[in-house]
Amino acid sequence: MTVRHDGQPAQAGPLSGAATWLRVHGRLVAAGWRRGSTYRAAALGGLVANVTFGFLKVSVLTAAVAAGGGELAGYDTRAVIAYAWLSQALLGSVNLFGRIDLAGRIKDGSVAVDLLRPIDLQTSTTAQEVGRALFSLLPRGVPIVVLAVLVGGMRLPTDPLVLGAGLLSALLAVVVSHLVVYLVAATGFWTVETRGLQVFYMVVAGFFAGLFVPVSIFPGWLFALAQATPFPSMLQIPVDLLSGRVAGGAAAGALLVQLAWLVVALVLGQLMTRAGRHRLEVQGG
Amino acid sequence: MAEPLSSRWRPYRAVVASRVRSQTSYRGGFALDLVSSLLVGVVQLAEVLVLFRSVDSLGGLDLAAVVLVFGIADLSFSLADLVVGHLDTLPVYLRSGTLDVFYLRPQPLLAQLVTSDVSLRRVTRIAVAAVALGVGVAVNDIAWTPLHVVFLAVVVLTSALTFAAVFVAAAGVQFFLVDAAEATAAAVYGGRYAATQPASVWAKPLVAVFGFAIPIAFTAYLPVVALLGLPGPGWLPGWAGWLAPLAAVWMWAVAALAWRTGVRHYQGGGG
Repeated sequence: MTVRHDGQPAQAGPLSGAATWLRVHGRLVAAGWRRGSTYRAAALGGLVANVTFGFLKVSVLTAAVAAGGGELAGYDTRAVIAYAWLSQALLGSVNLFGRIDLAGRIKDGSVAVDLLRPIDLQTSTTAQEVGRALFSLLPRGVPIVVLAVLVGGMRLPTDPLVLGAGLLSALLAVVVSHLVVYLVAATGFWTVETRGLQVFYMVVAGFFAGLFVPVSIFPGWLFALAQATPFPSMLQIPVDLLSGRVAGGAAAGALLVQLAWLVVALVLGQLMTRAGRHRLEVQGG
Repeated sequence: MAEPLSSRWRPYRAVVASRVRSQTSYRGGFALDLVSSLLVGVVQLAEVLVLFRSVDSLGGLDLAAVVLVFGIADLSFSLADLVVGHLDTLPVYLRSGTLDVFYLRPQPLLAQLVTSDVSLRRVTRIAVAAVALGVGVAVNDIAWTPLHVVFLAVVVLTSALTFAAVFVAAAGVQFFLVDAAEATAAAVYGGRYAATQPASVWAKPLVAVFGFAIPIAFTAYLPVVALLGLPGPGWLPGWAGWLAPLAAVWMWAVAALAWRTGVRHYQGGGG
């Protein structure tokens, strides 16, 4: 790495280049975190919605388990309760809605300013979004888990290995979801308006991520279709790992699947950004 | 003010017509919108079907009955969504201050907001719901009398009115929440989700909220219980479903109160 991507000569060797990259992106994550912390009312509003959906899902899924004789495709009562609450707890942080500020910046042309900065558009955007998403775990994730333990009879993982793998998986889910949503927004370089695609993403992502019913109870062909998408990596996998339903070697495999999707989305995003910046046309000045 | 009704509605008609034209002018985007909206309906139906693959009955309803519940719930919600769904964007108007413009015009605020947009893309979702309702009617063993037919038609309309009232009530509350607007999604979209469920599986707090306060159980589940002559959910007798249309009256009273309070609370966007 002798030349930075904006054409300026790099000032030092590759080692300090990596250190600089980490420092800059760490600051962007922190900036995103602070930004998230200013929207307290919004977080509270989201919490109310998550709790309502959590109660509705717990009711219907536990009834389904009871009707199935105490088991529903490998889920017992405790497992579906954990599934319903953990998926709601993560919902404020993983991006299944397909909305990202970048889409608006591409549409109104202010992305031109972002592209002038000597930092990669994809990684800097994702770092800020991830910081904001991780903050959401405090006002939305933690209260839901506490509520679930108090009223829902949910068990928390006590094995540090299970908990660690679950938290790592949740972090990967947050990053993967924002990298894929970046791809949705980046189509705006060609189409300008991406709202239609965003709604499409929202519908497909929610269903295949296991937001409504666990992906594991899908019929075979639909399950296979879901597995071919990055969406289970955004919700089903971290929920399965956090609840301890998937553990040991299977958990390691699930983490690798998430990592693979992260790399795929990262590479695709780089290619799209490079092609897109040549397409971008901004009016005015 | 002896204006004929048609001329009084002319400005609203002109706005709605312009909205329709604007949405259909970007053909590619509009086509994708239609497909997405179709998918919303299909995915929501798939949720129900996937769950019923593993169980024979849930909360006293079999698959046929649940499809009928889904059809009524989703058709009435989609109809309400088509007409008043964009009230959801009220917080955007509130934050940017553009709502003040509506206050300046000599027309009722709610009528202006409702006719300020129409989401044509939602027609495909209405189609999915209508098909589900048709299938639900066909596969259930209902002793059809003229009363049953009229009841079903009335229920679809009054349930659409109930959902419309939930949208309006949520919009009224948004005048107070503004930044926490997502809280009202619990009532609006949580309500839509709740409407497709057999309400007999709900825990007590849910019965209080979606059984009575926001009478979602009356939009589809209780009418189906009445149509099929099933026993009630335990907290209401089965015949209570025949009173389902009254839920719209209650919800509109709540909506009128919430909306009036909200509009009076509004202090302007400043600037």
